[in-house]
Amino acid sequence: MATAEEIAAQGFSRVVESHRPQIFRFLLASTRDPDLAETLTQECFLKAHRNWGSFRGESSAMTWLMRIAINLQKDHWRNRRMQFWRQARMNSVDLDEASEWLPSGERSAEQQLLAREQVGRVWKAVEGLSERQRTVFLLRYVEEMELSEIARATGLSEGTVKAHLSRAVARVRAELGGRR
Amino acid sequence: MSFKDQFGEEPDKLAERAEMVGDEMAPVLYPIDENLSLGAPELAQVLKNFRASVLAWSEAAYSRPRTAVKTVRQRSWRLAAGWALGCALVAGGVSGGVHERHHRQELARMAAAARAAEQQRLVAEQRVREEEEDLLAKVDSDVSREVPSAMEPLAQLMAEDEAR
Repeated sequence: MATAEEIAAQGFSRVVESHRPQIFRFLLASTRDPDLAETLTQECFLKAHRNWGSFRGESSAMTWLMRIAINLQKDHWRNRRMQFWRQARMNSVDLDEASEWLPSGERSAEQQLLAREQVGRVWKAVEGLSERQRTVFLLRYVEEMELSEIARATGLSEGTVKAHLSRAVARVRAELGGRR
Repeated sequence: MSFKDQFGEEPDKLAERAEMVGDEMAPVLYPIDENLSLGAPELAQVLKNFRASVLAWSEAAYSRPRTAVKTVRQRSWRLAAGWALGCALVAGGVSGGVHERHHRQELARMAAAARAAEQQRLVAEQRVREEEEDLLAKVDSDVSREVPSAMEPLAQLMAEDEAR
């Protein structure tokens, strides 16, 4: 018969298996640096493992993990800003490269080109957003989280999340419309 | 979830929204350029493409071969080499400084010894000179007389005559 610790360990393994790609994806989109995203993902799950016992299940495991990932990301930029931010920026993939990852689907070459250009513009708009706006935007439009979940993950009120999101969307619209 | 459900207004009305100042909200007006603004379906399609792009990139990056071990080794090797070089430089600098200081002390000691020897030589010469002068003075006093001893009585007589 399995002990409580073994059950908890099995539960955590399942959480890692099912949520790791999503956490990595969010961190990759936030940093545009695969190595950094990988490191922060590792740290996120290490931190989650240490605190797994205190997770009370008030929110979903995904929301809880996302909250840890957001805080790690914030801490990282805060620490890097003073020391190695130049290097950190250098490691980021540039916008053109980031927008190349678009499945061709059933589009014509011309449509594909247009879609890539538009995706590139979205990346450019995302780069210009504040940290909070970017986080909220990515959680909504990449991770497709509900506003209430985003509010729980970021620790903001739903109203504030809405406001950040609408500003971010306005910026994207402006960038796509050709406004600077 | 529709655009209106999400933002509480239609896309065209998005221009009027709340400006964030910290966590406080204050209304701010954004101008709408009808020619440049994007329709909601088109925007939704672009955002869908953006998501598909992030998903594809993330999947490729997630399943790429990991190079973390190699990177860590290279970094640790570089770190060790950096430390070794730093230590060698510091040790070289310190030993060079110590050697230089020792050399200077040796030179100063030799110069002081030379000065002391010169001083002693001068003192000795002075002493010899004084002794010679004393000896000559003594010889002078011992040997010098006004008249030879054989003529001493005559000299006394002459002195008496002059006194008279």
